[in-house]
Amino acid sequence: MNWLTMLMLLPLVGAGVVATLPKSNSAIARNAALATTIIVAGATIAMAIQFQRDNVDMQFTESYSWIPTFGIKYAVGVDAIALVLILLSVLLAPIVILAGWNEALGGRWSAKTFYILILVLETMMIGVFAATDVFLFYVFFEAMLVPVYFLIGGYGTGQRSAAAVKFLLYSLFGGLLMLVSIIALYVLSGEQGGHTFDTAALSHLKMSSMTQNLFFLGFFIAFAIKAPVWPFHTWLPDAAAAATPGTSVLLLGVLDKVGTFGMIRYCLTLFPDATKTFTPVILVLAVISIIYGAFLAIGQTDLKRLIAFTSISHFGFITMGIFAMTSQGHSGATLYMFNHGFSTAALFLVAGWMISRRGSSKIADFGGLQRVTPVMAWMFFFAGMSSLALPGLSSFVSEFLVLVGTYTRYPVAAVIGTLGIVMAALYILIPIQRALHGPVMPGNEALSDLNLREKIAIAPVVAVIVGLGFYPSPLLNVINPGAVHTISQAGYSDPLPQIDAKVGK
Amino acid sequence: MSAFTTPILNYSLLLPILIVLGGALIGVMLEAFASRKIRPIAQLSITFGTLILALVQVWRIRHQSSLTAAMGSVAIDGASILAQGSVLLIAILGVALIADQEHFTALAASLPGSSEERESIQSGEQLTEIYPLTLFAVAGMLLFPASNDLITLFVALEMLSLPLYLMAGLSRRRRLLSQESALKYFLLGAFSSAFFLFGAAYLYGYSGSVSFAGIREAVIGGSGNDVFLLMGIAFLSIGLLFKVGAVPFHAWTPDVYQGAPTPVTAFMAAATKVAAFGAMLRIFYTALANAYWDWRPVMTTIAIITMLFGSFVAIAQRDVKRMLAYSSIAHAGFLLIGVIALNKAGLDASIFYLLAYGVTTIGAFGVVTLVRDSTGEVTDLKRWAGLGKRSPFAATLFAAFLLAFAGIPMTSGFIGKFSIFSAAYESGNHAIVIVGVLSSAIAAYFYIRVIVVMFFNDPVEDGTTVVIPSILTRFAVTTAFAVTIFLGVFPAPVLNFITSTALLLR
Repeated sequence: MNWLTMLMLLPLVGAGVVATLPKSNSAIARNAALATTIIVAGATIAMAIQFQRDNVDMQFTESYSWIPTFGIKYAVGVDAIALVLILLSVLLAPIVILAGWNEALGGRWSAKTFYILILVLETMMIGVFAATDVFLFYVFFEAMLVPVYFLIGGYGTGQRSAAAVKFLLYSLFGGLLMLVSIIALYVLSGEQGGHTFDTAALSHLKMSSMTQNLFFLGFFIAFAIKAPVWPFHTWLPDAAAAATPGTSVLLLGVLDKVGTFGMIRYCLTLFPDATKTFTPVILVLAVISIIYGAFLAIGQTDLKRLIAFTSISHFGFITMGIFAMTSQGHSGATLYMFNHGFSTAALFLVAGWMISRRGSSKIADFGGLQRVTPVMAWMFFFAGMSSLALPGLSSFVSEFLVLVGTYTRYPVAAVIGTLGIVMAALYILIPIQRALHGPVMPGNEALSDLNLREKIAIAPVVAVIVGLGFYPSPLLNVINPGAVHTISQAGYSDPLPQIDAKVGK
Repeated sequence: MSAFTTPILNYSLLLPILIVLGGALIGVMLEAFASRKIRPIAQLSITFGTLILALVQVWRIRHQSSLTAAMGSVAIDGASILAQGSVLLIAILGVALIADQEHFTALAASLPGSSEERESIQSGEQLTEIYPLTLFAVAGMLLFPASNDLITLFVALEMLSLPLYLMAGLSRRRRLLSQESALKYFLLGAFSSAFFLFGAAYLYGYSGSVSFAGIREAVIGGSGNDVFLLMGIAFLSIGLLFKVGAVPFHAWTPDVYQGAPTPVTAFMAAATKVAAFGAMLRIFYTALANAYWDWRPVMTTIAIITMLFGSFVAIAQRDVKRMLAYSSIAHAGFLLIGVIALNKAGLDASIFYLLAYGVTTIGAFGVVTLVRDSTGEVTDLKRWAGLGKRSPFAATLFAAFLLAFAGIPMTSGFIGKFSIFSAAYESGNHAIVIVGVLSSAIAAYFYIRVIVVMFFNDPVEDGTTVVIPSILTRFAVTTAFAVTIFLGVFPAPVLNFITSTALLLR
């Protein structure tokens, strides 16, 4: 059964159905879109159950010739990381639609267009993680910018069109740098036996270290912009602040993961030597991201921008985990990608509800929500705790693994990175104190609490965060073999623990 | 004195050109003798019929490639067949736009603003000389990429240029601007033709032959005077680079693109590029291939300047047609990359790019013809604000064409760019690929800005409307859209055909 192709086609079919629905009735378009995403999520889970977790090869592979002139194939398949990220995408999609029930109504165009864009985006999100042909990956990588661009520019708020353009140009620029590297790999593969874009075949190419470094940079900058890693991050706060909460969840939760996913899948496996060369620099950038993101998050007065900056800090952790080159760091980073998706979803969705009720995204405009809207306040508190990685919640496990994994090889980076956790407490607790506690601010007296639909939307997010916090092994068991494999592929092995003899005595 | 021998012409190979010329002559007769009532429809059907017949003939001779006709002065090989096919396809779409006579002056001979002009408009008289002119230009465009010696090349150049000079001046609205652009085009074009001839003379002086094969032999032999060769290459290139609008020979492009009636701009921008690059590929890949050390550095510089200049200056444009003109300059730079690559992949890539770009250009200008107010077309970008709201169909198509120009995946433009860049990289020219990619990034900015204006800006209340397109315009625009997407998603059949067909006769 062609699972992955089916998964990609389902949302497209859904989009086609939505396109035929009448423009005037937005509810029916929304219901159709919701039904489609739920079906896709169900199908993905059905596929995931059949995933053999001890098999480190690509699974559910399909391969068809697409453009034979260039040796381009439509080739898809998933390993553990790709599977986890596809799961994340398809699980978030219905939650986003359910949570942002009315957010399509405030846009420039009809709600119908909004849901078509979301569904097309879902296809591309699955495709970008599933592609095992570099060209196909690039096609999805670039093409997915278009629906996001229209989602931000058409349905966002504030400086939406400027933010959309900034987002698109940054990403395009990075993508084009990657294109040069892809072309170079393609030409090189032609010189060494036959033109191909197959990721596995490309990883066997022989390259001088100089070439490898240049090609690596082409890929890495594209992914660093996407992730985003400091100093390529400036588009993110604008985009996240302008987009609707649902779009922001997909943007931060899934799209940015393409960057960190790309680092693992392409930078590490295609250019292991260059990875070694650049690891110190990248670790520095990652640590700067952690601290810088956290620092700026503390200073934000806008709720959405605050969440965006916390994400920059979190992406610093993920990048650090990836380039620590230990299996723990890798497992942690992959798990972090999944968990960050859910904790950001929780933060953004609750923040979105708060903002739409209050009509303002300024933290200063809130206050005393705990008394007026207790459920919403508790949910925001919960999301915040998840973001600062409270033990018992899922993000704690991944953050801990990343730090432990990094410490065994790069103790300094890990120690400085730990400061990020301290600062996380600040950037989360300050807005919680200002928005939820204290006297009820004028204008907040009549805010309504979460309704049933919103509770249903947030419930799975809470369940995943708590569930994986206490019992992460279902996911870790899937991730671990893949992480060990990637590390050994990149030419590393876990450092042996070195215990000081004196301490032992 | 030797006896006179009848030249062997190989009529079947020349037939596409001859059909178009015949159609053009019939058009002239119709213009003179047919009554006013039946003239438009008769002209239109003759033109379409001619183009389709010629296309069929090109299709029929596609396998008889690598032959010469007319005593070796015309080469019918894979490359010329592909170029001719592309020119004809683009011409069919272009004529579909030209068929909207609303864009053309009723009586070109009348002075702008004169009573004569008023009368001709009031009486509903409408001359249709545009059709035979188009066919004459098409005939030149068919011959240009197939020319196998310098004399034929020059004849073809003039054959395609002269009708275009006239066509540029036929606009119904803003006639002075249109006539000015025609004059500008003519003067500069004549100037460049002179350079071209000058260069041809030098190459003859160098090699003692006007045929490409003869020049090639002389270059390989290396016995001639190198100064003649260098000057020949330089001046010939100026003539060709002028036609494709490469910097620094681009000055006419924005003015002519803006002044000419938009359907003519569409046809000119798309088809002339195919013809001129077809000819360029032949000259540089055959006659001058072995002198590449002499021309490659200069052409690389010109390609780089062209790409960067076109992309940067386009950012500052406030007029849709001028912006598309600068974008076409940038694309000429991308196409030059294919010429410089000088390998089979470069030839294939250039031909694919030309077809893809040509079709997209027709589509984009086709949409421009639709956006009007009471005084004619509106090309001021500011007044395109909110077009997405008023006419989602036109705006969406235009956005798709712009994304194709920008080279976003799933459009033909991406496959074109990818193939050209990879060919250039394969030839070892890494720097130009990087510049190409950077200018793509710059170019993306102004394409996207237009999308922002159309979709994200609020409409201004000034009577700009999208007229309901005629059936033919609709045909042209939707076909262009379908081809643009198809070539982006399923390029394999076309690429295969090009790769297996494209060969240059040496």
